Amino acid sequence: MIFGLANPQRFMDATRRAGVIGGVLSAVLLIAGVWLSFTAPPDYQQGETVRIMFVHVPAAWMAMFVYACLGGASFFSLVFRHALADAAAKAAAPLGAAFNALALATGSLWGRPMWGAWWVWDARLTSVLILFFFYLGYMALRAALDDEQKAARAAAILALVGLINVPIVHFSVTWWNSLHQAASVFRLGGPTIAWSLLLPLLVMALGYMSLFFTLWIVRTRTEVMRTRAEALMLKRAGGA
Amino acid sequence: MLHLEMGKYAMYVWPAWGLSVLVLAGLVADTLMRARRAKAALDRAEKGE
Repeated sequence: MIFGLANPQRFMDATRRAGVIGGVLSAVLLIAGVWLSFTAPPDYQQGETVRIMFVHVPAAWMAMFVYACLGGASFFSLVFRHALADAAAKAAAPLGAAFNALALATGSLWGRPMWGAWWVWDARLTSVLILFFFYLGYMALRAALDDEQKAARAAAILALVGLINVPIVHFSVTWWNSLHQAASVFRLGGPTIAWSLLLPLLVMALGYMSLFFTLWIVRTRTEVMRTRAEALMLKRAGGA
Repeated sequence: MLHLEMGKYAMYVWPAWGLSVLVLAGLVADTLMRARRAKAALDRAEKGE
């Protein structure tokens, strides 16, 4: 099915209504998430700052997930030369960068009252900052080269190199002594968070995920339309 | 019941949420704007303008 959709026309036909359906689903999930986030009880240790977790943790998860998508799309673009895979990679990068920036900023706003520092050069924080630089590097590389095909190949290689950082981000809290708390949701033995705090976190995470997929599809469609328009103009200019 | 009283942590909680809303709304606006622009460019190219 995925390979069927690799044909840009089939992808465009299949995703015609994705923006509207995804937009409604994301709005419902995010509104429910906000409601649950502000009706949850304060944490017995973190107090009201636990509400920062409901925007911080999903943003951090998305920063990693979107990078994995960027890496996957780059792989298909590089190995199979799928034009759609390249469009998808290009479309994913700014979304991932935005989630990554949010993870860093909201983490900092939580760190100040809880750790007494806006920033520490800790393995988790530093590896997430490096992930952010990979996103910025990917976008800068694409923008720097005029030849789109060369830009796509060079950026795809950079994206694949950066993939190594994703497991490092995830396991950084286990591999090194870290100020950042260890995984408390995706861990062997199940989550360690109380249900009243886990539910808003999961609903917000689903909202972020749904918003990402919706925007990703719409931006990939945009990229296909842009390329098509450019190709038509070039063809006309060449024929004239 | 809604908990909107953040006490001494208000200066950390509200900016975190405000920033999140701003960035996500910005992403949506940017995505829609680019989509509209690309659609218009494609329509123009198809009409041969």
